[in-house]
Amino acid sequence: MDDGAGARLMRVSSAGWVFAAPAVLVIGVFFFVPVAGALALSFTDFDIYALADPHNLRFVGLSNYRRLLETPLFWQALGNTLYFVVVGVPLSMGASLGAALLLNSRLARFKTAFRTALFAPVVTTLVAVAVVWRYLFAARNGLINAAIGVIGIHPIDWLGDPHWAMPAIIVFAVWKNFGYNMIIFLAGLQAIPEDLYEAARIDGASTWQRLRFITLPALSPVIVLVSILTMASHFQLFAEPYVMTQGGPLQSTISVLYFMYQEGFKWWNLGFASAVAFLLFLLMFALTLMQLALARGRGWQ
Amino acid sequence: MTGLAAASLTACGPARDGRTRLKLWAMGREGEVVQALLPAFERANPGIRVDVQQLPWSAAHEKLLTAFAGDDLPDVGQIGNTWLPEFVALGAAERLNGRVAVSTSIDPADYFAGIWATNVIDGGLYGVPWYVDTRLLFYRTDLLSRAGSPAPPATWSQWLTDMQAIKAAGGPKQFAILLPLDEYEPLLALALQQPEPLVTAAGFGNFRSPGFKRALRFYADIFAMGLAPVATGSEIANVWTEFGRGYFCFYISGPWNIGEFKRRLPRSIRGAWMTAPLPGPDGPGASIAGGSSLVIFNGSRHKEAAWKLIEHLSTREVEDRFHALTGDLPPRRGAWGDPELAGDVYARAFADQLERVRPVPQTPEWERIATEMGLVAEQVVRSGLSVDAAAAELDRRADLILEKRRWMMAQGRAS
Repeated sequence: MDDGAGARLMRVSSAGWVFAAPAVLVIGVFFFVPVAGALALSFTDFDIYALADPHNLRFVGLSNYRRLLETPLFWQALGNTLYFVVVGVPLSMGASLGAALLLNSRLARFKTAFRTALFAPVVTTLVAVAVVWRYLFAARNGLINAAIGVIGIHPIDWLGDPHWAMPAIIVFAVWKNFGYNMIIFLAGLQAIPEDLYEAARIDGASTWQRLRFITLPALSPVIVLVSILTMASHFQLFAEPYVMTQGGPLQSTISVLYFMYQEGFKWWNLGFASAVAFLLFLLMFALTLMQLALARGRGWQ
Repeated sequence: MTGLAAASLTACGPARDGRTRLKLWAMGREGEVVQALLPAFERANPGIRVDVQQLPWSAAHEKLLTAFAGDDLPDVGQIGNTWLPEFVALGAAERLNGRVAVSTSIDPADYFAGIWATNVIDGGLYGVPWYVDTRLLFYRTDLLSRAGSPAPPATWSQWLTDMQAIKAAGGPKQFAILLPLDEYEPLLALALQQPEPLVTAAGFGNFRSPGFKRALRFYADIFAMGLAPVATGSEIANVWTEFGRGYFCFYISGPWNIGEFKRRLPRSIRGAWMTAPLPGPDGPGASIAGGSSLVIFNGSRHKEAAWKLIEHLSTREVEDRFHALTGDLPPRRGAWGDPELAGDVYARAFADQLERVRPVPQTPEWERIATEMGLVAEQVVRSGLSVDAAAAELDRRADLILEKRRWMMAQGRAS
């Protein structure tokens, strides 16, 4: 490599940076600086006293993190969140995939109408539909209890019983969100070449075999993408319990984010709340890496 | 658009017409109604104009703290009196002792003592009570007399006897009392009737005191005996309908429900309900000294004008008008002579109760400690946590929450 080529390469790479500069600047100012600030905050005990006078701010090292790990409510919030993720993500993806397969079926009629109807919950306002769902879930005179009463099941105190509140939240969240992934799956399904199915049919493959050996493998990159996005959004459970149960009953619907909100904005313990945010970030980062490794190991990418 | 810009530019200083612009923040219904009380003030003080901003209660606390952080607090604000210690700790509220001492219209002796006390922190007066709030009994007179009691209970033991009789007469589908598990106020009122403070002067929780345990045991027994439904407020979709149906006989609530009960109860039971002071361990008991105060924020550049506004809103005539508009109860005894208020049979129990109200502990962390108290009490009721274990757990949580406060005291920055 002669000098001229080296200088040209240099010029090219610095030109690249110039073009990227606005984006880098924006990401730096609006992402990295706040994140670094939050990290610094998580090593202090910033609270209303510190708000009144910066001299009241103490550097506490890792003790926010230590205290956090000793707080039973944090573990309960983490447990509730994992419950929501482990049950909610497969349910939500299953519902999305099922709806997408039905809509993509050649037998389906009125596709546009159904697609719109199934997507509608996504564009509704969460707070408004939560009010409606609270009526549906009502223990006395609720529609859901009336419906299960017909088949002989005793009424369930959906939002008032610590065992049933989270399942109720999951049902609500799945209904609210499955339409979004359905659209992504639908796009993925439509990209699968029709001749593959034709060839399979000629070879005598059943519907199930076509789903198992053509649709799912062809869809796997989309499934990986959707699972990562869905998991990330489910870990950030907040609005549903905030509106439906305020974290109750017996704190059975407090999520990690809800816990962070309470610490930070209700009690103004911003140092402690920042520590919660960082632990949640690390957890989600680790889980996403694991998902990607799993996908790579199976050659889905 | 230019008008708006000009208004916001001049909002802090004298307006173009040379008048002082005073900013007032008030919450909810009060924020709406206070507008009607201002024209008289502006007529009497032609040099002052008041701009009211209404905050929703649910966002008010965050909004006030954010405004403090951004140095954007108004001149005068309505503050829930349990929040006052927090704003005093922030140094955001102006000390008013000197102004009250020379005031011709605000006489501390005319105010209910327990309510006035909530505004005094370490000898400094930081707010003037605007309206009062306390909790007492709302009850069904017909259900109580069916159970054999002609008068409402005054002591805990009588109360318990009455509740058992009501439950026995009502059967399994009816209860004697509603104590929503997501409200800590009923338990707090019982705890304030006890001689021991809930937080010690040294900044530790005091929930293991015999008094608090007595209150918690009484509260837990009501559920254990099946006298109250194990339910949160959100599960009782409509308190007024259920009260009308006789689902429960006693309900511990505040002044705002006088108006709501009058409006919303079914016609069939109008006249079949009444209010009564809260029973105590051995006779009429204390309750919570709640309500809102008016404060001047430290950053205000118009403190004289701000004080004039507070004096105006605190006169008997304006307080009576305010009561007529909101149903809020006035904090000064003088205003209770008003025929409308004096003739309201449902307000009488409040006049009586207000002579026996006690402030909650005056630390900025109190709201949080009270919330923990409600959560632990819910565990006692729902999962059978023992009273002793609950008291120990509460002290542990309170001590942790108060750690910074103790450090502040050790540094001489708080007392």
